[in-house]
Amino acid sequence: MLDEIRGAFYIAKKDLKEYYFKPPTISWGIAFPLVFALAFLLRGWEKDWLAPGLLTLSLFFGSTSMSAASIVFERRMESFERLLLFPISYLGVAFGKALSSFFFGLLSSTATVAIIWLFLSIPPHNMMLLMLCIVGSALQFSSMGILLSFAVKDPAQAMTIFNSIRFPMMFLSNIIIPVSKLPHYLSWVSLAIPLTYSVEAIRYALIGSYDIIPPQISIPVTFISFFAFLYLAAIMIKRTIP
Amino acid sequence: MDAIVVKNLTKYYDGFLAVDHISFSVKWGELFGFLGPNGAGKTTTVKMLCGLTRISEGDAYVAGYSPLRELKLVKKVIGLVPDVSNLYPELTCWENLIFAGEMYGIKKEELVNRAYELLKLFDLMDKKDSKFKQLSKGQKRKLTMAAALVHKPKILFLDEPTIGLDVRSRRAVWSMIRELNENGLTIFLTTHNIHEAFNLCERIMVINKGKIIAAGSPTELKRRFSGSEVLEVSFTGEISIEEISQIPGVIKASRSGGSFKLVVSDPISVIEELVEKARSRRISLNYVNLRGADAEEVFLKIIGEEHA
Ligand SMILES: Nc1ncnc2c1ncn2[C@@H]1O[C@H](COP(=O)(O)OP(=O)(O)OP(=O)(O)O)[C@@H](O)[C@H]1O
Ligand SMILES: [Mg+2]
Repeated sequence: MLDEIRGAFYIAKKDLKEYYFKPPTISWGIAFPLVFALAFLLRGWEKDWLAPGLLTLSLFFGSTSMSAASIVFERRMESFERLLLFPISYLGVAFGKALSSFFFGLLSSTATVAIIWLFLSIPPHNMMLLMLCIVGSALQFSSMGILLSFAVKDPAQAMTIFNSIRFPMMFLSNIIIPVSKLPHYLSWVSLAIPLTYSVEAIRYALIGSYDIIPPQISIPVTFISFFAFLYLAAIMIKRTIP
Repeated sequence: MDAIVVKNLTKYYDGFLAVDHISFSVKWGELFGFLGPNGAGKTTTVKMLCGLTRISEGDAYVAGYSPLRELKLVKKVIGLVPDVSNLYPELTCWENLIFAGEMYGIKKEELVNRAYELLKLFDLMDKKDSKFKQLSKGQKRKLTMAAALVHKPKILFLDEPTIGLDVRSRRAVWSMIRELNENGLTIFLTTHNIHEAFNLCERIMVINKGKIIAAGSPTELKRRFSGSEVLEVSFTGEISIEEISQIPGVIKASRSGGSFKLVVSDPISVIEELVEKARSRRISLNYVNLRGADAEEVFLKIIGEEHA
């Protein structure tokens, strides 16, 4: 067990060294959420609604871009196989990959956090809870990113495919538009999107209120979905073995 | 128990039979060659033994452990150099070796010493801080070998160790392989290069289309298959290759430019027959050359097909 966790951390460390400065991680993981945040700020949206959304968004793009770059790239270069040769379980490999995306997500969202702090000057409703929610969301997103990476075959299209999933998710979760204002049939879709729960959790921790999902549900869901995605990712890894 | 024991090992890729019920064993300390043409099933066999491909049927023991049931134990005691040099391009040589060692849980201090030792052994000290992607093909191959040795495996799998290397790098890698083996490492080497197998290995097994078709020491194999000779002939006029193939004693016939290359078992009677055929067509032989088959032709004879 300890061996597995240690192995996962070494994988994460290696990934961060290797992919931190890859163009797709930088552009989609850091630059995009930042530009997005600025665009919304300039248009003057209601800041209480916007701040949690932007924070979640930067975590979302940060934590998923890294896995897209690392897994898709490594699978094409056949270096992903190296990980399967070490004495570590598939779950351990999945966790390692999730961890690197997780750390990258945390790092890349600091810029957005700074903006929220400076321009929106929102004192968090509950600091400890906010940290917990940020951790939970970043874990959820990173494991989701890993799962998605196994669906992508052609690395050249990785970002296109990722974005064709990320953007609809972004608009259908309540990052920008409150679920309560969506048409009834779309609100069901929204409830099926993991992102909806993390943004609600972060919203509660940051401003002390939520749209439709109470924190007693949203916070556990982020963690539970992390474990579920991780487990599924381990199955996907196993299935890559011909 | 032997280092590697394989029993009826079989691989189907969606119904396609890539490895067909093969059985063999490799002794501890042996430098074992697995020789076969492209697509024979060499890589598939290696990958099954290392847990990178599922075993469809049969079983195997690697260092006494079964890849089917004790994969983690197998992974701890083997090293694999795959057919592509697949280390991490953005990491330096040093970082690549350290990462490999960390994944086997080697203690920091020991790992640092080991990494230095390997860089020296493979003559890569001056590339220590170069990124992997900046290395030449030969250097990449060597570092990939080094990374497979960080944890001092008991058995090393080398899949086409010298593929794509020039003569000098190939010789450097060969001498490395010999040295490792002399120091007691059991080596399972795959190659499609007969010279590599004959030069390097104590024992060779030949695989073709998923089946083992011959096994023995290089000298045994040469003796067993070198009964044939190569006859090169050309004529002053037209004669078809089909007709020549039908002559008794011709094992294989191929055409290159205006002349024919025949692998024959009984050259005198074949030449007589050729003269006869030519005369009946009112043409004549204008070139004849007879020589013993070389290693390559022995190999082609073993696998029973001509790669022109
Ligand atoms: N993942 C796979 N899916 C389907 N078929 C495969 C797969 N890998 C290999 N094969 C097939 O199995 C056969 C054996 O392939 P293998 O790679 O083991 O050959 P090899 O002896 O290593 O050849 P080479 O000298 O070209 O490396 C080939 O016909 C190949 O097309
Ligand atoms: Mg091969």
